[in-house]
Amino acid sequence: MWQYIAKRLLLMIPTLIGAAILVFFLLRLIPGDVCELRLAGSGLYVDPAEIELCRNNLGLNDPILWQFLSFITGLFTFNFGESMFTGRPITYEIGLRFELSLQVAIMATVTATVIAIPLGTISAVKQNTWIDYVVRIFSIAGIAIPSFWLGIMIILGLLIFTQAWFGTAWMPPIDYVPIWEDPMRNLSQLIWPAVATGYRYSAVATRMTRSTLLEVLREDYVRTARAKGLLEKLIINRHALKNALLPVITIIGIEFAFLMGGLVVTEQVFNLNGLGKLFVESVLNQDFSMTQALVMIVVIVFVFTNFVIDVMYAWLDPRIRYS
Amino acid sequence: MKFPSLKYAIPIVAGVALSFVVTGTAHAVKSGGILNLVVGSKIPSYDGHIESTFGMIHPIRPFYSLLIRINPENPSSPTDFICDICDGKVPKGADGGKSYTFKIRKGVKFHDGTPLTAHDIVATYNKIIFPPKGIASSRKAFFKMVDSVTASDDFTVVFKLKFASGAFIPAVATPFNFIYAKKDLDKNGYTWHKKNINGTGAFTFVQHQPGSFVEGKKYGNYHHKGRPYLDGFKAISAPKMALRLQAIRGDRAAIEFRGFPPKARDDLVNALGDKITVQESDWNCALFFTPNHAKKPFDDVRVRKALTLAVDRWGGSKYLSKIAIVKTVGGVAYPNHPLAATKEELIKLVGYGTDIEKNRAEARKLLKESGHEGLTFVLNNRGVDQPYKVVGTWLIGQWKKVGMNVTQQVNPSPLFYDILRKKKNFDVSIDFNCQSVINPIADVTKFLGSAGNNYGSYEDQVLEDIYDKLQKAETEAEQRKHMRAYEKRALSDQAHMGITLWWYKINPHRSYVKGWKIAPSHYLNQSLDNIWLDK
Repeated sequence: MWQYIAKRLLLMIPTLIGAAILVFFLLRLIPGDVCELRLAGSGLYVDPAEIELCRNNLGLNDPILWQFLSFITGLFTFNFGESMFTGRPITYEIGLRFELSLQVAIMATVTATVIAIPLGTISAVKQNTWIDYVVRIFSIAGIAIPSFWLGIMIILGLLIFTQAWFGTAWMPPIDYVPIWEDPMRNLSQLIWPAVATGYRYSAVATRMTRSTLLEVLREDYVRTARAKGLLEKLIINRHALKNALLPVITIIGIEFAFLMGGLVVTEQVFNLNGLGKLFVESVLNQDFSMTQALVMIVVIVFVFTNFVIDVMYAWLDPRIRYS
Repeated sequence: MKFPSLKYAIPIVAGVALSFVVTGTAHAVKSGGILNLVVGSKIPSYDGHIESTFGMIHPIRPFYSLLIRINPENPSSPTDFICDICDGKVPKGADGGKSYTFKIRKGVKFHDGTPLTAHDIVATYNKIIFPPKGIASSRKAFFKMVDSVTASDDFTVVFKLKFASGAFIPAVATPFNFIYAKKDLDKNGYTWHKKNINGTGAFTFVQHQPGSFVEGKKYGNYHHKGRPYLDGFKAISAPKMALRLQAIRGDRAAIEFRGFPPKARDDLVNALGDKITVQESDWNCALFFTPNHAKKPFDDVRVRKALTLAVDRWGGSKYLSKIAIVKTVGGVAYPNHPLAATKEELIKLVGYGTDIEKNRAEARKLLKESGHEGLTFVLNNRGVDQPYKVVGTWLIGQWKKVGMNVTQQVNPSPLFYDILRKKKNFDVSIDFNCQSVINPIADVTKFLGSAGNNYGSYEDQVLEDIYDKLQKAETEAEQRKHMRAYEKRALSDQAHMGITLWWYKINPHRSYVKGWKIAPSHYLNQSLDNIWLDK
């Protein structure tokens, strides 16, 4: 087992270096640079010498291999340097956004879980009844509707209905306050993106819960339990659901990791200052140092997650580690 | 035919009228309150001497003062400048316009308590005009006429010019020229202001959450006594226009200073009625199309003239202004400036005649003569809706009417600039000139082939010579004469570039925001010291 873990750990190193090479050089293929955008992008007259000076100061005129070596050195020492656009340390910029992204990811996951497991279970148990049809329509709609569109509809709906009912249009706050500073304001801002994202997320999980539960309910051991005269409620809750939830939990876990860096459009819709928005801004601003740091963090998270999954598989199934 | 926007006309007119009534009436000013504003761009750094984005100006300008500024009570005037840190009136040039002496206010203090003197002004302007090697200064080219900046005593600053220039005073009033403390520059170096703030403005810095908001609070020792009226402000970053609009509708923000398109204004007025006041103004930004002279057939003046002749500016003004932030037909200088062309002068230029069918017949004739009937080319455009994509699409329709086949290639900003500034391989590109203080003599350098922000790849010594005369002309009449010659050469005789329409600024805001008056640039009138909330 230890030999297997060591092998997997060693395999992570070339994976990370390969990803770093790809990220670094692909970004350099994109035309334009941060200095052009920052100084000339607003149409004001800018001396071309100033743009060149900016490039020199940011190291954009250094030899490409030198730039790459600095990046790799930074990566292994967890010093990503400074943002080319704002000049602030990248770890500080990411740290600022991490908290918000984490909170939204947790809230969306809770929303999704609370909706998905009961609905998926009811849908499976009441297969082909009107309840099942309603749940299926609800979940298919959730998959079909993009979260950002739902987000826009939520904001517009709040504006229109609050104005119609209370005479004053209300919308969620657009500036972030940490939950321990002002819980009500924090929740009144973040509950809506959590619902918008959680709905799609729950739809996927509902479908998965329904289909795996239907499969499990046809297993021999369930039939045996029924033959023994066990209560249907106990069969479902104690025997069937537990087994059916394994793939659902996997999906919830993957979606959670995805939400941490993937709420790109929803964050824009609700003006959330999270990692997704930072990602978009860094790409738009040609802030290479920030983009490559964010990409590498996502790569590290995924490589590490895969490592944990590999180890768990090997632990659960000895055939894998001996093969 | 009934246009949908007509139903909005009455509330809009009422809103505009209301704004005039309100601003013209002696309302009792109320002190207190926090102004929430939304900003559609990011802050690269706090250093005004380097940056050129409104994303920095809107949240950071309230912390700083300028030597002189546009009159906040009359910001639409392109020539009305008043003292901010200086005392009395803006000085007239002495010694044949080659010397300007500014008296500095006494008793002004930086937010850290350091008293302001003339030496701070000198240090600031030396940083802007004569930065040491390796130190960036985005606007030093504005001050090419300046020979030296000195303090003759603790409260007198003297600017010596190499030659008299009408562009000097507007350059000093540029809103990016934040006054820094000499002590900060000497002690902390010339890059300290990128990440630190110590000004003499109406508000003191409280906090900045990058990507989220900037907060400021009232500065008790502000040098304009009795101001600011607000207790503070919060500038909230909101990159998406739809969200900024909704933020005003939902009262999460009271104002956005850059401007909205007509449809957004109509939506707000329609939803909120008299709770919204609309201020509108011509904008010191113009959208151009620039043919690449280095590529055939755009090296042929007949083809360039055909391009400009095909464009119906007067018709475009009427219809495009309903959907885009463009409106006014103009020449090289800002339309409301004394140096700008009158309509009678404009219609003499190629492509500005009011008979569009005649213009287009001439365009077809020129294309035939040059052997380029049915000319096919690609228009390089920027991936920004307002007004780039809207105007780009309109231009294609205009050119099609004289038999040209144009494909629009919409590129994200980095690629757009790369094509324009580095690759230079475009056929025709959308281009723009967006300045802050209206300073036509400086602003029109855009049309010079030698200018760093000109992408036409041409050399025109005649135009350079006319500009030289314009820059050194001392009287307005002389400047006007040279400006017309310059305009005729650039837009008509050589058709180096084509101006589509000048932008039009529309600022719908919550009606309880009082005291702020729209300026012809989104960079101007942003000290926030004259704003109060009627809540």
